[in-house]
Amino acid sequence: MTPAPLRRWRPPALSLPSWPWRITWTYLGLILFLPLGAMLLKAARVGPVGFWEMATTPEALATYRVSFGLALVASLINGVFGLVVASALVRSRFPGQRLLDALIDLPFALPTAVAGLALTAVYSTNGWLGQPLNEAFGLKVAFAAPGVTVAMVFISLPFVVRTVEPVLRSLEKEQEEASWCLGASPLQTTVRVVLPQLLPAILGGVAQGYSRAVGEYGSVVMISSNVPFKDLITPTLIIQKLEEYDFEAATVIGSVMLIFSLFSLLVINLLQVWGQRYQGNQA
Amino acid sequence: MTIVVPTLETPRPTPEPGKRSRRRGLDLPGILIPLIACLYVGVVILLPALSVVVSAFAKGVGPFLENFRSPELLSALRLTLFATAVAVPCNVIFGLAAATAIARREFRGKALLLSVIDLPFSISPVVVGLMLVLLYSPNHGLLGGVVDSLGWRIIFSWPGIVLATIIVTFPFMAREVIPLLEEEGWDQEEAARTLGATDWQVFWKVTLPSVRWAALYGLILTTARALGEFGAVAVVSGNIEGQTQTLPLFVEDAYKNYQTELAFGAAMVLGGVAIVSLLLKILVEQVLEQDKKASRMEQEG
Repeated sequence: MTPAPLRRWRPPALSLPSWPWRITWTYLGLILFLPLGAMLLKAARVGPVGFWEMATTPEALATYRVSFGLALVASLINGVFGLVVASALVRSRFPGQRLLDALIDLPFALPTAVAGLALTAVYSTNGWLGQPLNEAFGLKVAFAAPGVTVAMVFISLPFVVRTVEPVLRSLEKEQEEASWCLGASPLQTTVRVVLPQLLPAILGGVAQGYSRAVGEYGSVVMISSNVPFKDLITPTLIIQKLEEYDFEAATVIGSVMLIFSLFSLLVINLLQVWGQRYQGNQA
Repeated sequence: MTIVVPTLETPRPTPEPGKRSRRRGLDLPGILIPLIACLYVGVVILLPALSVVVSAFAKGVGPFLENFRSPELLSALRLTLFATAVAVPCNVIFGLAAATAIARREFRGKALLLSVIDLPFSISPVVVGLMLVLLYSPNHGLLGGVVDSLGWRIIFSWPGIVLATIIVTFPFMAREVIPLLEEEGWDQEEAARTLGATDWQVFWKVTLPSVRWAALYGLILTTARALGEFGAVAVVSGNIEGQTQTLPLFVEDAYKNYQTELAFGAAMVLGGVAIVSLLLKILVEQVLEQDKKASRMEQEG
């Protein structure tokens, strides 16, 4: 698998030695391409008709609805609040700002199992937030769909904040000042001048967070009750299929998720290109 | 800069603390935005994080330390440390190799290759685990027969756990080092080479020192993620208590079996590591910033 591309990629004699290339391609081949190829091969063996049937069983469709739907809700929530957090970090000065800044990265650093445990503890019916929510609104968060959403919100918040923050910081103050001078209200300035420039970054962050939330397993599996047709997510369904030794179904559903990942990677890259072009125009 | 142009500036006085409320609309967001941000992050991130600490030490330090007598917890901790100790050096070597190979050359498909390296970030960890099962599982895997005839066990054993950890964490290093190398250009390496340095010497004495902080940053991210990996490991490990159970898996298992104290004790260990890595990350970030500023000054001056 690897030797063929290796020759083509080999650099001209003048530049660095070819062993970094060899390591790179051998490693990628063994670690990434081989498992990827195994799964695609297994999926191909199922055949298109069988693939479609197994990918669209009512059980699978219900998990897609939970995974992709709730992830959309979570990433949209983060699209709004991530913007607020980013502007608080860039545009304001207040005590505890550095702590806020550090906390944003916690979902990246905290193992997902710990995040799941923490969220379950806080949002279960006898938890710090779960109890008041349950008593006041009769809302059950943990072990139900809202809990899955909360876990996805937790896991995808840093993406929006960290994508928007540098763009917001690099905005030129002059444009906003010009808009003020021309008599625009702060709201008009925000909506008409600031937001359009941030849009690629916001969408990029939301897309990254969405992609991550769809694939998230560790924290969601702990806070979800994992009941089919209710709050069972697609990754958990894959694991259940594996536990039932239904390798074909697991492969097919896994391939659906893989195709989604590739697609979202493409979208994120396109959004980044768009964002860069926007910034290029500014400079 | 000596020309004085006061007329344009004067209508907008510099906002002194007391006078800001002159523009009514300006002041309200000035307070509201940080307030909403803090509340949101507090509810979504800080409270859950605090709850782990509170629950872990609910009965005091003594009972917390008592958790570490549990043989299952200790063996899980050992396995996690072992997997990390194997996965991180492998990924450091790959990351540096890939960065030196890719960063300073323009070729067709470079963007594609970078996206391929990023793949593990966007693939669900469960799917990563599934791939490994489909490749190495003794009965159903593509290479299952080969692996079996060699007498190896990969799935439901430590090699699978190590492999899963490697796949999930390998992009971090390359991702951090490549942009830095791209920015710095390649004059110093060429100078070293004209002066007669071998490839190894160039790498050790020129390339590596110039990216040392970015590499350290990548190392911290890789280690933190490797210690906490859950989804991919959950699929390949089989979750056999005391044998193939890593610390994150132990957290889930203990919690589901109503051993709440053990679960929070183990979670506290992982959370503590996460916080340490976060602090280290902030430190290295600051050094990186200063480094970048210094090199920019050098270039300009």
